[in-house]
Amino acid sequence: MTKVIIDNVEIEVAPELTLLQACEQAGAEIPRFCFHERLSIAGNCRMCLIEVKGGPPKPVASCAMNVRDLRPGPNGEPPVMFTKSPMVKKAREGVMEFLLINHPLDCPICDQGGECDLQDQAMAYGVDHTRFQENKRAVEDKYIGALVKTSMNRCIQCTRCIRFSAEVAGVAELGATGRGEDMEITTYLEKAMTSELQSNVVDLCPVGALTSKPYAFAARPWELIKTQSVDVMDAVGSAIRIDTRGREVMRILPRTNEDVNEEWISDKTRHVVDGLRTQRLDQPYVRENGRLRPATWKEAFALIADKMRPVTSGKVGALAGQLAAVEDMFALKSVMSALDVKNMDARYPGSPLHPKFGRASYLFNSTIAGIEQADAIMLIGTNPRREAPVLNARIRKRWRQGNLVVGVVGEQADLTYPYTYLGAGPDSLAQFVTHPPAKKERPMFIIGQGALNRADGGAILGMAAKAAASLGVIKDGWNGFNILHTEASLVGALDIGFVPGEGGLDTGGMLKSGALDVLFLLGVDEVDVPAGPFVVYIGTHGDRGAHRADVILPGAAYPEKSGTYVNTEGRVQMANRAAFPPGDAREDWAILRALSEVLGCKLPYDTLGGLRQALYTAHPHMMKLDQIVPGNGADIGNLAKLGGTAEKSALVSPVTNFYFTNPIARASAVMAECSALAQSTPRTLTAAE
Amino acid sequence: MAMITADPKDVPQVASFAFTPENLEKVKGFVANYPPGRQASAVISVLDLAQRQQGWLPRVAMNEVARILDMAPIRVYEIATFYTMFQLKPKGKYLLQVCTTTPCWLRGSDAIMKACQHAADGETFSVQEVECLGGCVNAPVVQINDDFYEDLDEASLKKVLDAFKRGETPKPGPQVDRQTSAPEGGALTLKGE
Repeated sequence: MTKVIIDNVEIEVAPELTLLQACEQAGAEIPRFCFHERLSIAGNCRMCLIEVKGGPPKPVASCAMNVRDLRPGPNGEPPVMFTKSPMVKKAREGVMEFLLINHPLDCPICDQGGECDLQDQAMAYGVDHTRFQENKRAVEDKYIGALVKTSMNRCIQCTRCIRFSAEVAGVAELGATGRGEDMEITTYLEKAMTSELQSNVVDLCPVGALTSKPYAFAARPWELIKTQSVDVMDAVGSAIRIDTRGREVMRILPRTNEDVNEEWISDKTRHVVDGLRTQRLDQPYVRENGRLRPATWKEAFALIADKMRPVTSGKVGALAGQLAAVEDMFALKSVMSALDVKNMDARYPGSPLHPKFGRASYLFNSTIAGIEQADAIMLIGTNPRREAPVLNARIRKRWRQGNLVVGVVGEQADLTYPYTYLGAGPDSLAQFVTHPPAKKERPMFIIGQGALNRADGGAILGMAAKAAASLGVIKDGWNGFNILHTEASLVGALDIGFVPGEGGLDTGGMLKSGALDVLFLLGVDEVDVPAGPFVVYIGTHGDRGAHRADVILPGAAYPEKSGTYVNTEGRVQMANRAAFPPGDAREDWAILRALSEVLGCKLPYDTLGGLRQALYTAHPHMMKLDQIVPGNGADIGNLAKLGGTAEKSALVSPVTNFYFTNPIARASAVMAECSALAQSTPRTLTAAE
Repeated sequence: MAMITADPKDVPQVASFAFTPENLEKVKGFVANYPPGRQASAVISVLDLAQRQQGWLPRVAMNEVARILDMAPIRVYEIATFYTMFQLKPKGKYLLQVCTTTPCWLRGSDAIMKACQHAADGETFSVQEVECLGGCVNAPVVQINDDFYEDLDEASLKKVLDAFKRGETPKPGPQVDRQTSAPEGGALTLKGE
């Protein structure tokens, strides 16, 4: 720690900090445009100027100088800095005047208005007149894709977007061409950006040069009600903020959560918003003469009760889909248990994941932040760039720090970092089963659903567990055996035991034709239900599941209900209600509670609080919000006992189209446009940078 | 305002670009100047080589440089558009770079500029205004391709340009009777022992 004196206050700071960070620790506010904690330092906006005593008599860009580079005073006194001196104020006013020379005064028609760094800082350092008599520069707007709208006259060349795309997203597509007054930010050939994280440049842009295209001119920040929540588009559980105006969700922004998403979210998380408005199920439907017709809740429930009466419990089944909250699944499980139904599942056919092996057997044990400790990563049957772009950015961040080797078994795709390709099929994994321990300190396996959701999933998982044991993936203080889930609900489902009871059928068994007479789908749209069973669909969108349904009970989408989700690490997080379900739709747990009464097995709670009490009694770890109850590394030994022979076929990621993985995304016009763009741009295999 | 772009709309389309075998050897030499993995550091040298081979830098040449050096194409375009020495449009055989900064201007660069503009036909000569070339002692200066022609006036410039037109290469340096920037007409001091 080094002693420094900032604004006459002596404090101790770490020597590797920049002066800007040191000043912030001392409580001073330093304006900045180009500096960003998670990006490399550019030092080109000059807004963060401060005065350093003893050096050359000029202000210093505090973002680009380290505390350790400061010289002590003549008698060994600590270095002295001023952040509020007249010299600093004058210097910053000068910088601001230069920035405003070419910045248009179009705040009233700018989408950034009200949340603009330049606007805010101009209040502190701007002057109300201009001394600039010459022509202003004008810059053509660029096309950089379906999600980011550009207004390049407003650009102040902070280069944050360039650094983000090159460093974090790993797709070096943005750049600054020309020099001096002619400098422009562009994708060069007016190509759309291809990163799944591209919308984050909108948050990074300190002015209104890059704004959100789907949200253009939709609302002003001060009209919005902000609700903190978590994302369910993938199993990462990114922290989000849902902004609503009235009943409508207007936009989704990231929140900072260092353990999960840092401060990035994927494009799907952010721009799925319009999918919440279209294709919604807003009233119950029943199928009559092969056609669905609107019905009342009473009719729908009566029909279900009729169908259930003659059926034995062995011919009833329940499946939970990827967006179901833990509470919803717990309520469904309670109803099914009360009816003595053992056929329930939330997994894909073939998936060997099961709570009986212990919690460590299906979690991302090292945690997402733990990726930064790994020194070797093997990706097995996963394409993290498509399945969890934010997690992939974490792997890339680790790779940029150096000394990381990555191996891939499965698809050979552009992951934004280089890797050794080991092969496509399980046989490439087999060679590691009897491998001598790796020479790496902290090796890590990331096993995707592409390796598990198949008939030989158990054999592959067993093989991976054996390989992990021989390579030393699990050792004292380090558990690098990670399952990467793609669906927000699955870990929660496994945690509460939403799996077949003794003698019950699993997903594959239930979906065999003739297996069931009545099937309850809790937002299940990704599997094909055969003809035969009477299907009750509880869900939000008129998607695949609803098309097959005989009764549709309209539920609430994730921003419309308070629900617990457990992410791939096993982190229990609460999504909060930001809006209300449309029309007659209700929260899923309430639907199940009402249904239970009709079916004659009334659930013992009337409120969400009551439900949670029951849930917490049965599964106490669900109470520990934002925490992980770690699994026991020894459990992975149980997996090694899984037998069977693996086939030769290649491991394929379940996410073939990143933009279409769930019913909300499929209903979104923005996602459809992104998907079309992604398919028209052939991905070439190039290492970034 | 003209947009500086690596892909101007008003330039002839070049279908493909490949380094000649000799130049490819040179590229390897440039890359070898840097530690392994730092091959991108050679980008300016390689771009210059491409420009010497092609006469200017079409987009395909920049793409080829990006491919050879394993860089993202945008990183190459950034550099090519930053430096005014990289020509993004076709130029005449001889590029007249007229210095118009103060010393040259005081010594009559306006007339030189006018004469050069008059001579520029786009095929033999192209003209470009540049900032200080660093030859102030010999102002006014025109850089023609790689060589400086110094101490010019309209007559001597005409002589130089005529020689180029005939296919000759006139002697670079001062076009008056002096050695580099020594006094005109020979040494004035230190003549004795």
